[in-house]
Amino acid sequence: MNLMRLLRGDTDAPEWYDFPGGVHPPENKTQSLRGPIAEFPLQEEYVVPLNQHIGAVSVPVVEVGESVLTGQVIAEAAGFISAPAHAPTSGTVTAIEDRPVPHPSGLTTGCIIIRADGHDTWRPRTPWAHLQDHHHTDLLARIQNAGLTGLGGASFPTAVKLAADRNHVDTLIVNGTECEPYITADHALMRERPQQILRGIEVAHELYDFRRILIGVEDNKPDAVSALRRALTAIPAELEARIELRVFPTRYPSGGEKQLVYLLTGQEVPAGGLPTDLGMLCHNVGTLAALADAVFDDRPLISRITTLTGNQLPWQGNIEVRLGTDIRTILDWAGYQPDPNRAERIIMGGPMMGFALDQRQLPLVKATNCLLVPTEQELPTPPPAKPCIRCGQCEQVCPAGLLPQQLMWFAQSHEWDKAESHHLFDCIECGACAYVCPSHIPLVQYYRFAKGSIRREQAEHRQSERARLRFEARQARLEREAAEKEARRRQRAEAARARQAEQATTPTADSSPADPVAAAVARSKARKQASQSAAGRATATVSPGAPELTREQLSARLDSQRRRLEKAEAKLAAAAPEHQKAMETTVSKLREQIHKTEQQLADRPEREA
Amino acid sequence: MLTPSSPHAVGNQSVQQVMFSVWAATLPGFAALIWFFGWGYLINAVLAVATALVAEAIILRLRRRPVWFFLGDGSALLTAWLLALALPPLAPWWIPVIGTLAAIVFAKHLYGGLGNNPFNPAMVGYAVLLISFPVEMTTRWGIPAALATEAHSLLDSARVIFAGLRVDPALVDGMTMATPLDVYKNDIATLDAAELRAEPLFSAGWRVYGWEWVSGLYLLGGLYLLWRRIITWHIPVAVLGSLTLLALLFSWNPDLRVPVDLHLLGGATMLGAFFIATDPVSAATSNRGKLVFGAGIGILIYVIRTWGNYPDAVAFAVLLMNFAAPLIDHYTRPRVYGEGRS
Repeated sequence: MNLMRLLRGDTDAPEWYDFPGGVHPPENKTQSLRGPIAEFPLQEEYVVPLNQHIGAVSVPVVEVGESVLTGQVIAEAAGFISAPAHAPTSGTVTAIEDRPVPHPSGLTTGCIIIRADGHDTWRPRTPWAHLQDHHHTDLLARIQNAGLTGLGGASFPTAVKLAADRNHVDTLIVNGTECEPYITADHALMRERPQQILRGIEVAHELYDFRRILIGVEDNKPDAVSALRRALTAIPAELEARIELRVFPTRYPSGGEKQLVYLLTGQEVPAGGLPTDLGMLCHNVGTLAALADAVFDDRPLISRITTLTGNQLPWQGNIEVRLGTDIRTILDWAGYQPDPNRAERIIMGGPMMGFALDQRQLPLVKATNCLLVPTEQELPTPPPAKPCIRCGQCEQVCPAGLLPQQLMWFAQSHEWDKAESHHLFDCIECGACAYVCPSHIPLVQYYRFAKGSIRREQAEHRQSERARLRFEARQARLEREAAEKEARRRQRAEAARARQAEQATTPTADSSPADPVAAAVARSKARKQASQSAAGRATATVSPGAPELTREQLSARLDSQRRRLEKAEAKLAAAAPEHQKAMETTVSKLREQIHKTEQQLADRPEREA
Repeated sequence: MLTPSSPHAVGNQSVQQVMFSVWAATLPGFAALIWFFGWGYLINAVLAVATALVAEAIILRLRRRPVWFFLGDGSALLTAWLLALALPPLAPWWIPVIGTLAAIVFAKHLYGGLGNNPFNPAMVGYAVLLISFPVEMTTRWGIPAALATEAHSLLDSARVIFAGLRVDPALVDGMTMATPLDVYKNDIATLDAAELRAEPLFSAGWRVYGWEWVSGLYLLGGLYLLWRRIITWHIPVAVLGSLTLLALLFSWNPDLRVPVDLHLLGGATMLGAFFIATDPVSAATSNRGKLVFGAGIGILIYVIRTWGNYPDAVAFAVLLMNFAAPLIDHYTRPRVYGEGRS
């Protein structure tokens, strides 16, 4: 709670709640806000990655050589948490292949490459004038098909968020905070197209009928605030009455989802939970504007606003650019001249949470809110790390209330259980701790390392647990099979004894009914037979009359087959997940073979008897 | 290509700056010490700092660490400096030297160097000296300039420090005495408060007594560190608060025990509260933990001063709470966002 407010005796619900921690890095926003959003020219080639969102990689639905129109679906969502991709312009699909994409891993991903025809011909579109004319399921389908993802940077599929339980959600939080230094994409959008954001809010409201809609903006964007205020006067009163525009002091990371929820409502998202647990939905202003485009104009997400900034760029500002545009082309357009005397540093995102690209020839993706090319003077390379002096500055600025230095010690000494019990996974990696660290320790790196190691260990543990279960299941099955075999053998023995007894008694009865010796011999033979098989000797000959050679051959084959099965099963238990499928087929084939041999073996005495 | 990890922006604070700021914040108090008690403090400081830098360089070389990288962080300098401020100004020269060696070699580097020492190195040095050389550590405090029968030069101080009693016992006697806390504690057994306050050491008030000026300027330096956000308020407030509370409770009768003003201003309390106890390496880390840690120090200072054998007790109080810091940290973890509330 805000102490000053309490001291003043101000007991009304406050405009905003003070979250702990946070830092004030230089904002550096003005240089990219000098002009309006510029339309980036159409290019000859576009590279559309299939994984521009969190979730399953989308599946291409076009073929090489196929002509596509602007806005046409070229890859479909694969599963619930996924999003489709669209052709950013009309042209021809020239390749579907792996290309490097902007990702911290530097790995390549499947991409659809489109050569533009220069006409930018749209697919047929069906704009909607009024939401009320359409059914909710149609509305949701339209959102689902538009390929929307959170444009604030995390790229979570919007349709998935909007599928949250309608009865449970009553508040919409609109994130216009943009607390990262340098980035002004949302700022420019709020300044120039506030009505588009409000139309997006209208769409979400149509789905949820929110009780209240809170728009949060930092106080370093007065022009955006006044633009929003003006736009608010032009919307239906019913909606306007539910909207509150809240302006709060600038402090990083107030735009973090959890921080913003607290700032605006005084409520905390439970650890490991989501805002929907509090009945809230949180959307970025850029996402909402894209939502309006998709629903009203039938314009899927094929472009976004990206900030070009950093003093290595002669032109700094915001561009509206088609997804899939080559980042190198964009930087060249902005007049970028690489400095041959120093290593290149191009950051996607802001200076606090963005990541450095390992090359320039990469496609711009849905998550690219900013391309920052700083000079060494602007963002100096951090000096070598010194030992931690436990000064506690990191703890003072941690917005999650963690003990960053303790987490670092635990990460250093690989004490994962302690790191977890100190809430490592509540860390939002905002970088405030590393920003203030006087020893310049790359703290966030330590946390990522620890999180990665813990996740890997958990995966390994799950795998070994699976292997154990498989092994135990196999043991149980082997025992069961042995028992079944034993039971079958006993049955056959019984049958054979009965037959033998029949054979032995019938002739005696026929020739001389009073031959007690022969009868006794036959009985004793039968008893012997029965006791032999009851003793369970595996080699017991069920039928003495059976030819020895064939049976031996069969059982030898059976033995070797069993040995092979055992080996194969052991291999399966130890197999890497990618080989499991193949091993499983082998094992089941072997089992079939064994079953066949066993049957042959079981059939043989009867047929030959 | 460089692919460093986020954050790409770093703040402008560095370990060096932190150390330098703390050092700078002691300067007004240091100047007052020299003003009131003579040049001995300067000689102490030079001896201690020189010893610290040499010892640190040698041990870094032995440990095969980059010497200049670590020597330049200023931590050894600060440790030696704080120790020098705490030592009697006219003690023999080997007192600061031995104390600094104990601090740098044993308390700091044998535990792994900067950031790894569980105990405050300066206070370890002080404790080693106080236990090993109790006479030198209690009798060689400076007489406030106004009480001295004659003015003493830098040379006189140097003679007392380097040659000591062998040169001129009368000079040593003329320049040294026990601390006011010590004097009050011992003499209150035989005198009452009014008589004691009439003694020259206490009677001349603000202009003579000296210690309250020094303490006041340390307080000022501490406020500067608070303003610079190099320390947080928790430890100093807890130390001073708990000490004041206990002094008000148990020392309400100045005829029996050392009164509260002397507790706060008459000894090393301010230096301890703002510069010693706030050493982050050996203190508790969370804000609540710092409150517990500081309160423990304040309580121990009062207890040792009142019922123990030592007239000033900051060093032992800090060291004892250093022991407890990991335990305090364990039980005072801050509440994490989203935990325990819904």
